[in-house]
Amino acid sequence: MKKEQPTAAIRAIVGGRVIDPATGYDGVADILITNGQVERIGRGIASGIPDDAVIHAEGMIVAPGFIDLHTHLREPGREDEETVETGSAAGVSGGFTTLCCMPNTEPAIADQETVRFVVDRAQSAPGKVHPIGSITRDRKGESLAEIADMVAAGAVAFSDDGAPVANAGLLRRAMEYAQMFDVTLVSHCETPDLSRDGVMHEGSVSTKLGLRGIPAISEEICVARDIALARMTGCRLHIAHLSTAGSVELVRAAKAVGVRVTAEVTPHHLMLTDDLVARDFDPLLKVNPPLRTKEDVAALREGLLDGTIDCIATDHAPHAEQEKDGEFDLAPFGMIGLETALGVCQRALIDNGLADWPFLIDCLTRRAARVFGLNAGRIEPGAPADIVCFDPQAQWEVTLSSLKSKSKNSPYVGWTLTGVVRATIVDGQLVYRNLLNAESAPATARARATTSKTAGSPARR
Amino acid sequence: MTKTKTADTPAETPHQSVSGNAAQNRPAQTDSATDGRLRIRHLLGLEGVCREDIERILTTAESFKEVLDRPIKKVPPLRGQTVVNLFYEPSTRTRISFELAEKRLSADVVNFTASTSSVTKGESLRDTVKNILAMRTDVIVIRHPSPGAPHFLTRATDAIVLNAGDGSHEHPTQGLLDIYTIWERWRDLRGKRVLIVGDVAHSRVARSNIWGLLTMGAEVAICGPATLIPRSFSDYGVEVYTDIDKALDRGVDAINVLRIQRERQGSAFLPSLREYSRLFGIDSERARRLRPGALVMHPGPMNRGVEITSEVADGANSVILDQVTNGLAVRMAALYLLCGGQATPGREGE
Repeated sequence: MKKEQPTAAIRAIVGGRVIDPATGYDGVADILITNGQVERIGRGIASGIPDDAVIHAEGMIVAPGFIDLHTHLREPGREDEETVETGSAAGVSGGFTTLCCMPNTEPAIADQETVRFVVDRAQSAPGKVHPIGSITRDRKGESLAEIADMVAAGAVAFSDDGAPVANAGLLRRAMEYAQMFDVTLVSHCETPDLSRDGVMHEGSVSTKLGLRGIPAISEEICVARDIALARMTGCRLHIAHLSTAGSVELVRAAKAVGVRVTAEVTPHHLMLTDDLVARDFDPLLKVNPPLRTKEDVAALREGLLDGTIDCIATDHAPHAEQEKDGEFDLAPFGMIGLETALGVCQRALIDNGLADWPFLIDCLTRRAARVFGLNAGRIEPGAPADIVCFDPQAQWEVTLSSLKSKSKNSPYVGWTLTGVVRATIVDGQLVYRNLLNAESAPATARARATTSKTAGSPARR
Repeated sequence: MTKTKTADTPAETPHQSVSGNAAQNRPAQTDSATDGRLRIRHLLGLEGVCREDIERILTTAESFKEVLDRPIKKVPPLRGQTVVNLFYEPSTRTRISFELAEKRLSADVVNFTASTSSVTKGESLRDTVKNILAMRTDVIVIRHPSPGAPHFLTRATDAIVLNAGDGSHEHPTQGLLDIYTIWERWRDLRGKRVLIVGDVAHSRVARSNIWGLLTMGAEVAICGPATLIPRSFSDYGVEVYTDIDKALDRGVDAINVLRIQRERQGSAFLPSLREYSRLFGIDSERARRLRPGALVMHPGPMNRGVEITSEVADGANSVILDQVTNGLAVRMAALYLLCGGQATPGREGE
C-alpha cells in the first residue's frame, strides 16, 4: 500500500450521481472545482481538463463530505490510540471530511491553549478537524470553563462528553453563559447514581449474564433534565448519542413545544442490540450508552426518519488493543466507527427500504452542519469543495488492516459491508482514494497543502 | 455484481468467525448424540447445555460417587493430563473440591492463585493465559470476578475450560451438584418445584441452577427482596416472588437457600440482616410448609441465623453435606467427560 501519495488538486468530478440535500440536487452531473471551491455543477462542463485532475465517478454517488459531530481523537494524551492526523485519515477513508473532536483528552480540551493546540495539529491532517471545548474547567464538573476564550480560538461547541455535567445548577449557569455566544452545548446524558458500575444495558440480557446494568432511565432522566434547562435558559442543546426509545419521545415532545434541542444517534445504536453481548462477552461491544434492545433500535430509526433526531454521529472512540482484549467489565467503553459508518448506516436504513440515499446523506451532511452552524455540508458554487465519491454497491470486508484508525476496536471486523468510498476531496484536494482503476490499493494522502487549508473558510458560518 | 443480501433486523449477527464464539454450545461432533460423549467442549455455564449432556454428567457422577466409597479412591482416566486451577477470587471449598476431583482422576494439578489486585497492577488475564498456554496445559479451571472471563479463555487458548464461578454469571458445577442432589432423590425432575431464596441478582449459583433445572423440566421459583431479585428473570420462565409465604404456598420440593453477603447490609439493597432474616430467613416454621420429603439445600458457607436457622440446616430434610460429597463426584464427571471420556466410566477405570 502506498502511504506517501502526494495530494492532487482535483478540478472536476465527472459522471457521478450528485446528491446534495442542502440544495436539493439529485442527478447525474459534473462538478467543476476551482481554488478549493465548487465552481459549477452541470452536465458536460468538464471538457478540456487534464485527466489527472479529473475523478471519473460513473456509477458512484457524489455527495458533500460527511460531517461527524462526535469523534474522539485522543490527542493530546493518548497518542498511542489515535491522533488528530490518524483519526482524520480514518475519517476521510470513511468519507468524513469534517470531524468535531470531543474534549475528553489528557489534558482536557478545556482552555484556549489546548483548543489552539488541536486546531494547529489539524493543519497537518488530511481532513478538517474542529475541537469541542469542555463545559467545565478541566472537565471536572465543578466550575465553568473559559467558554468565550475557547470560542475565539476555534471551538465549535462545548461538552463534557464521557460524563454528564452532574450538577444541574452548574449546567444551568453554563447554558446561560453559553447562549451569550450562541454556541451549542452537547450533553452526554446519564444519571451517575443510576448507571454507576454498569457495563451494559439493564434488561433480561444483563440479568442472564450477571453483568451490572445501565438502565434506560439513567439516560432519560438526564435528557429530561437537560431539556428543561434548555427551555429555561434558551441555550442551544444538542443531545449526544441518543440510545433509548424514551429519550426519542422526550426529544420529540421538546421539539414540539419549540425548545432549541437537537439530537444525534450513532450507527451502532441504529444497528446493534444488547443480546449480541451474550454471544461472547466481547468487549468490543461495550459502549456508553450501551447497546439497547430491538425496540430501542426501532424507535431510534423512526426518530431519525421523522426528524426528531437530527443527524448521525459516530462516537468514534479508539482504545488500545490490550484494553479491549480481556474481561468485559474491566474494558473501557467505546468503539471506533468512522470507517464503517457509511456501510453500517446503509444496512440499517437503506438496504431494508426505510430510507433513500438523499435522506442518509442529509443526516451525515447538511443536518449535522446545521447543529453546530458549520460552513460545510453542501455542494454549490462558492462552497468549500469537500466532497466524497462512493460506490453504493461495491462491497468490502472489514479487516484489521482495512481500518485506518490507529486503534482497531471495531465489532464489525469480519463483516462484509456495502458501500465503498472511492475518493474523498477536501478543499479541492484528493486526500483519499480507492479507485478501481488506480494502480494500487487505498492510498491516503498525508496532508493537504497548508495554503488551501488556511486560505479556507472559517469553521463557523 | 453479486450482492450478498443481508438481513435487516436490528439484532443482526456479525459475520464473525472468531473461534470460541458461543464455544460451549457448539457440538464437539455432530454425530455425538449416542456415543456417550458430551456435545459441549467447555463447561462455561449451564445456559444452553442440552438435557442429554446434563444427564450424562449426572449418571457419570453417580458412578464416580461409588468410586469415592472404595478404599482406593483413585482412577486413571486423566493420567498425563495437566489441569490448572486458576483462581482469581478467594475460594476454599470449590478449589479444594476441584483439586480433589482432579487428583482422584490422576491428573497433574497446578494451582494458580492470583489476586485481582495484581491485575490492576498490570498483570492482565490475557498475559497470565499466555503464560499458562506456554506450559502446555490441557485443562483450565477458572474462577474470576468478571462475568465472561472463562469465555475469554476459550478465545485465547486451546485448552478445555471449566468455569468455577465468573462474577455473578454462572457457577455450573455448583448448579450441577445441586441438580444432582435433587436428581439422586427423584431421578426425574419434571414437575418438581424448586425455590431459590436470597440474593439472586448477585448469585452465579442461582443462575446455573435456574438454567439447568429448567432444562431438566423442573419448575423454578425465586424469592427475595425486590432489590435483589431482577424481575426480568420472568422473561425466562422463572416465577418471581418477593413474599416467601406466597412462594411456599405453591408447594416446594426443594429449597435452595443462598448465602446473603454481609456487605449487602446497610447498602441500597438491604437495610439490615435482621430485617432480611425476618422476611426471608428459613426457619423451622417455614420449613414445615415444604412438601413432604422436600430437600433443604445451601451452597455454603452458611450464615446460620440469618438466611437459615441451625435447626433447619441440621434438620432431617437437610442435604447440605450431601451436596459437598456430590460436588466432588460431579466435578470428576465433568472433567472426565470433557476430556473425552464416555458415560459409564466405572468399568473403564478398573
